[in-house]
Amino acid sequence: MKKSIIKIASSAAIALSLSISSFSAMAETELTMYYPVAVGGKLTKYVDDIVDGFMKNNPDIKVNAIYAGNYNDARIKALAALKSGKPAQLSVMLSVDLLELIEQDAIIAVEDLLESDEDKKWLKSFYPSLMENATFDNKKWSIPFQRSTIVMYYNKEHFRKAGLDPETPPATWEELIAAGEKLTKDDKSQWGMMIPSTGYPYWMFGALTKQNDQVLMADGNKTFFDSQGAVDALQLWKDLSEKYQIMPKGTIEWGTLRQNFLDQKTSIMWHSTGNLSVVKNKASFDFGVAMLPAGKMRGTPTGGGNFYIFKNTTKDERQAALKLMKYMTSPKIAAEWSIKTGYMGVSPEAYETTELKEYVKAFPYAAIARDQLKYATAELATFQTGRVRKMLDDAIQATLTGEKSPKEALEAAQKSAEKVLKAYRK
Amino acid sequence: MNPKLSRHIYGWLLVTPALILLIAFTHYPIVSTFINSLFSNGTVFKQSTFIGMESYQTMIDDPIFWKVIKNNLWFALGTIPTSIALAIIMALTVNKAFAGRAFVRMAFFTPTVLPMIAVANIWLFFYAPEIGLINNVLEFLGLEGKNWLGNTSTVLPAIMVMTVWKEAGFFMIFYLAGLQSISPELTEAAKLEGAGRWYYFRRVLFPLLLPTTLFVFMNAVLNSFKLVDHLFILTKGGPNNASNLLLYYIYENAFAFFDTNYAATLTVVLLVLLSVLALSQFFFLDKKVHYR
Amino acid sequence: MRIDKFYSYIENFGAWILAILWVSPLLYAFWAAFHPAEYATSFELFVPLTLDNFKQALEQAPLLRYSLNTFILVSVLLLAQMIVSVLAAYAFARFEFFGHKVIFAFVLVQLMITPEILIIENYATLSELGLVDTITGIGLPYIASAFGIFLLRQTFKTTPIELEDAARLEGCGVMCTLWRVYIPLAKPTLLAYGLVSVSYHWNNFLWPLVVSNSVETRPLTVGLAIFGAPESGVDWSVISAATLFSVAPLLIAFLLFQRQFVQSFMHAGIK
Repeated sequence: MKKSIIKIASSAAIALSLSISSFSAMAETELTMYYPVAVGGKLTKYVDDIVDGFMKNNPDIKVNAIYAGNYNDARIKALAALKSGKPAQLSVMLSVDLLELIEQDAIIAVEDLLESDEDKKWLKSFYPSLMENATFDNKKWSIPFQRSTIVMYYNKEHFRKAGLDPETPPATWEELIAAGEKLTKDDKSQWGMMIPSTGYPYWMFGALTKQNDQVLMADGNKTFFDSQGAVDALQLWKDLSEKYQIMPKGTIEWGTLRQNFLDQKTSIMWHSTGNLSVVKNKASFDFGVAMLPAGKMRGTPTGGGNFYIFKNTTKDERQAALKLMKYMTSPKIAAEWSIKTGYMGVSPEAYETTELKEYVKAFPYAAIARDQLKYATAELATFQTGRVRKMLDDAIQATLTGEKSPKEALEAAQKSAEKVLKAYRK
Repeated sequence: MNPKLSRHIYGWLLVTPALILLIAFTHYPIVSTFINSLFSNGTVFKQSTFIGMESYQTMIDDPIFWKVIKNNLWFALGTIPTSIALAIIMALTVNKAFAGRAFVRMAFFTPTVLPMIAVANIWLFFYAPEIGLINNVLEFLGLEGKNWLGNTSTVLPAIMVMTVWKEAGFFMIFYLAGLQSISPELTEAAKLEGAGRWYYFRRVLFPLLLPTTLFVFMNAVLNSFKLVDHLFILTKGGPNNASNLLLYYIYENAFAFFDTNYAATLTVVLLVLLSVLALSQFFFLDKKVHYR
Repeated sequence: MRIDKFYSYIENFGAWILAILWVSPLLYAFWAAFHPAEYATSFELFVPLTLDNFKQALEQAPLLRYSLNTFILVSVLLLAQMIVSVLAAYAFARFEFFGHKVIFAFVLVQLMITPEILIIENYATLSELGLVDTITGIGLPYIASAFGIFLLRQTFKTTPIELEDAARLEGCGVMCTLWRVYIPLAKPTLLAYGLVSVSYHWNNFLWPLVVSNSVETRPLTVGLAIFGAPESGVDWSVISAATLFSVAPLLIAFLLFQRQFVQSFMHAGIK
C-alpha cells in the first residue's frame, strides 16, 4: 500500500519534472523481474550484464532483477508477490509451470500481445520443441530462455581402461548395458552409470519413456503413466541396478551425483546440460558428452525456464517486458548466454552467430543439447502439475527402492493422477 | 478512582499488547484453519465452495497422509527418549571434573548453535554413498556401506540420528542447570550410606530431575512435529515419502501444490494432536510433579 | 577404590569419544572450508590450506547482507519480545485482574501451538497486512511469546512483595515499580530467555523461508538454503565456508559466555 503510494507519487513527480522541462513526454517504465538462480555468483552477474545492456539501449525502461532462489522458490515468490502488493511484471519460471500459472490466473499469453508481423516472426524463431511446453489452447504463452535437456556425461579414461572406444559412446540401450558391465568394478568402487532419482525423477523418466516411443501426457489433462511403454521403461531403470548391477541400488541423489562423477565413482552420468560448464571446469580427467542412447528411438525431455508476463500489469509495462524478452532472446545475446552458462541457445539463429559457431568448433560438446533437440519431447506438465508430478516421482522411487513392481507403482500413480485430472476434461 | 478497579484496568492494559498479537497469530489462525478446511480450493476454473467434511474424507483416503502420520510417530518415538537419555548422560558426565571437561561440554552443545539447514548439507556428505564419510569409515573397517538416504528402510533412522545429534546438547543444558541446583550434601549422604550409583540415580537424582524431564519432554514432543528443516536439504521427504513428516507435507501442499485448503485440513490434524498431548501432560503428568 | 578409578577412566574415555563424534560435522566443515575443493571428499594430511572457498562464498551470495538481516531481526525481535513479555508477565504475576486465569490459559496455548505450525493462515494474515517480504513480517508473529511470559511470571512471583510496598511508599507508580524492583531482580531470567530467543531465531528457517523474497530481507538460514540447495549440485567446500561464516558469531559468543549461559539457566529456574 505504502509502496504504491510512493510509486504513484514518484511517477507523478517524474511526469511533472518532465513536463516542466518540456521534454517529450517520455515516462519511465519500471519493470521488476523474478529470476531463479539457485547458486548466485556468476549466473546473477551474467543476467545483470544483459539487463544493463538492455537499459543502455532503452533508457526509458528500468529493470530490477530479483534473484529468488531455485525454480520452486521463484514460482512461489512470484505468485506470493502478486497477492501481497509488491508485484513483478515478468519472471523466468519453469516452462512446466504454465498450466498452474494459468489456473492461478497469474499470467497473460505472450502471443496476445504481438501485433506486428515482425513480432509474429520472432515468436516463430524458436526451436519448435522448446515451444511445446509454452503452448496451451493453441496459444503460445511463454518464451524460452534458460533451457536444457538431459545429456550423457562419460569418463573417457574409464572407457580406455575398460577397452572401450572413448570416441564412440553407447548409442543404444544394449550398448549402454554392455559398456556399463565392462565399466563396473567387482568391488563396486567404480560404477558403470548413474541416473539421478531424487529431485526430478520424473524428468529422467521422461527420457527413458520417450526412448521407448511413449509420451507421458497429453493436453495437460491426460497421463499415460501405466502404458506398456512406461512400465517397460521403468523396468529397464530398475534392471540397471537389480539385473545388470551397473548402477547402485536405491535412489541416487541429484545434488551429489555431479561430485560422484568428478570423483570418478561412476563412469557415466545422465544429467542436465546446465552442469556442462562446472564439469568442464572441475573434471581432472578427460570427459565426453553425448546424446542419450536410443531404445526404440532416441529421446529426452526438454527442461528449464521460460519468460512469463504477469496479468496484473499495465499496457506500457507489458510492451516494455516484451521488449526486454526480445532483447534477451536475440541471437547475439542468446549465443553469449549459451557460451557462458552451458544452457541452450534458444533459436537456430543463435547457433548461426559467429561467436557461438566458433565456440562450438572449439568445444563441440556445447552443441550436443541442440543436436538432441530433434529427438526431444515436452516435459511432464499437467494441471496441478506439482501434485501430479509428485505421484510419478513417488512411483519411480517406490520401484527403485523395491517397495513395488513397476506395474503396480505406475498403475497406482495413474489412478491418483486420473482422480485429479478428470475435472479438467471437457 | 477506586484502587481495586484501577488494578483491573492496569492488569488489562499490561496484557493488551501481548493479547492482540497472540490473538492475531495464534487464536485467530487456529479458528480460520478450521473454517478453511471446510472449503474447496478455489482457482480460475472453479470457485471455492463449502464442501463440509469432504476434504477430511479425502485425507482419510490419502495413503500419503497415513504414511506421514506413521513416520511422524516413529520419528517421535525414535528421537524423544533417545535425546532425553543422552542429555541426562551428557549432563551427568560434564557435571563432574575431569580432563577436558570444557571441551566436552562445548562439543555437546555446539549442534544447538548451528542452523539445521546449514549442517544438513554436511550430513548429506556424511550419508552419501560412494563418496560419503560414514561409508568410507565403514569400508576402512571392512564393513559394507549403505545408501543411507536412498533406501526406504534406512532413511528415517538416518534423519532421526541427525535430529538426536541436534537436540541432545540443548536438553543437556537444562539438566545441567537442574543438577547444579541439587545440593552436594545429598550426594555425600547417599555415598555414606553406600548407595550404588544406579540406585542413587534411580531413587534420588531422577525423581529430583523430574520437573526438568517434564519440561524437556514437552519441548522434545513439540520439536518432533515442528522440526522439518533438514528435510528440505536431505531428502525432500523421499524416497517415496519414507521420510516425509506432517509439517513438511503441509508445506508441500500449501506452497508446492497450492492447495491451501487441503493443507488446512492437515493442519487441523496437527493442532488436534498437539492439543491432546498438551492436555494429557496437564492432567496426567502434572500430578506427579510438584510445581512451585 | 581402584575399580572406581578404572570406571571413571572408561567413562572419561567414553565422554571424549562422544564429544568427538558430536563435533565431527563442525570439524568436517572446517576441513572442507579451508582446503581446496579437490579435498572436500578425500582426506590427506598436509594438503595446502586456502581461503579461496570463503572468497567464493562471499562472491556467490550476499552473506554480509544476510548476516545484517539476521542481526536486525534477532535484536529488534528480542527487544520487542522483552517489552511485551515483561508487561504481560507483570500483569499475570501481580494484578489479579478480571479474567486473568482464562487469559493466562489463552496465552499458554502458544506454548504448544507455535506460529510456524499455523504457517498458512499466518502467511495469509501477513499478506493482508502487506508485510510479506519484510523483516517486520518475519518477526511479528513471534513477538508475543508464551514461553517468555510464562518464565517471567514465575520469576516475578518470587519477588518479595515487601519490596514493592517499599517502592510504593517512596511514591513509585506501577511502571516505576516494575522498572526499579522487578526487572533488576529478573535479570538472570531475562538473560536466559534472551539466549534461547537469539539462538532460536538465528537458526529459524521454515517461517522466514515462506515470508522473505529478496536479498534485503532474507536471513542467513534462508540464504544458506538457497545457496546450498542440492538442485544446483552440492559444492561442499563453498557451502562449508558459508556455513562457518554464518555460524561464527553465535559460536564465538557461546564459547565466550558458556559459563554464564548455564548459570543463567540455573538462576532462571528453567529446570
